[in-house]
Amino acid sequence: MLLNQFLLLSAILFTIGVYGVIVRKNGVLVLMSIELVLNAVNINLIVFSTYWGIAGQVFALFTIAIAAAEVGVGLAIVLLIYRNQRSVDIDELDEMKG
Amino acid sequence: MNSAALIIAEVVPLVTPETTFDVPANVVFAVQAVVMIFAALRVVTTKNIVHAALWLVVVLGGVGLNYILLQAEFVAVTQFLVYLGAVIVLFLFGVMLTRAPLGVSDDLDNNQKKIGIGVGVALLAVLSYALIESFGRSELTFAAYEGVAGPNTNGRTQAVSDAIFGQYLIPFEMLSLLLLAALIGAIVLARRD
Repeated sequence: MLLNQFLLLSAILFTIGVYGVIVRKNGVLVLMSIELVLNAVNINLIVFSTYWGIAGQVFALFTIAIAAAEVGVGLAIVLLIYRNQRSVDIDELDEMKG
Repeated sequence: MNSAALIIAEVVPLVTPETTFDVPANVVFAVQAVVMIFAALRVVTTKNIVHAALWLVVVLGGVGLNYILLQAEFVAVTQFLVYLGAVIVLFLFGVMLTRAPLGVSDDLDNNQKKIGIGVGVALLAVLSYALIESFGRSELTFAAYEGVAGPNTNGRTQAVSDAIFGQYLIPFEMLSLLLLAALIGAIVLARRD
């Protein structure tokens, strides 16, 4: 197996995730796109752990834990936005705009 | 008996190739890569928010399959447990609690589709160019696994746990603190009072 086939797959997943963050309007869907990005990073970590040492797997586990925490707090924030605005439309959150 | 040993000696080098090029693994990789890319595209394009969460299951399962192909079993099992077991359920709860439109809805995307496609294509071009330039056709060697015990043992999981509870003990403890902070933060944010 080539090193690059995994790296290119993860690059494609990363790109799709970035596209989702830019295009999606619903807060929950933006969080799902962020999950795609985080998983792409994890594939890279595991690929390079076959190359340079077991530390990549350790950091992939750390990333999984941090992603779980991020989803928890992120969904709590989305829920709070829904409670205040009656909508999770990210584009409507323009109170900081002058 | 002598001839049998001779035949085995002749056959065995044929079935153990020199490189790590492995046809079944590559077939599995190709199939799951196509499925994963399709599912990821559906996650960011589907008009039904519950379907997006369910397509995300396919992507996350495919990532776990990648870990198995890369012989990282412990991370693969963690991926299945944490992502498929917990994160997807959290997302479905989020969909439910924010009263998202459950059927087909045209109101999920904003009007930045052209910018999104432009950024995506440019990013993919830069990343692919950089990856192909720097790694070319170099083979996966699994060189880092050579020091640990071979197949049919749990040697690699042992090595991972040695690393977590040895060299990376302090980051691991920091991580548990972070999880506690996230737990308290999520409760404080979502509490109704």
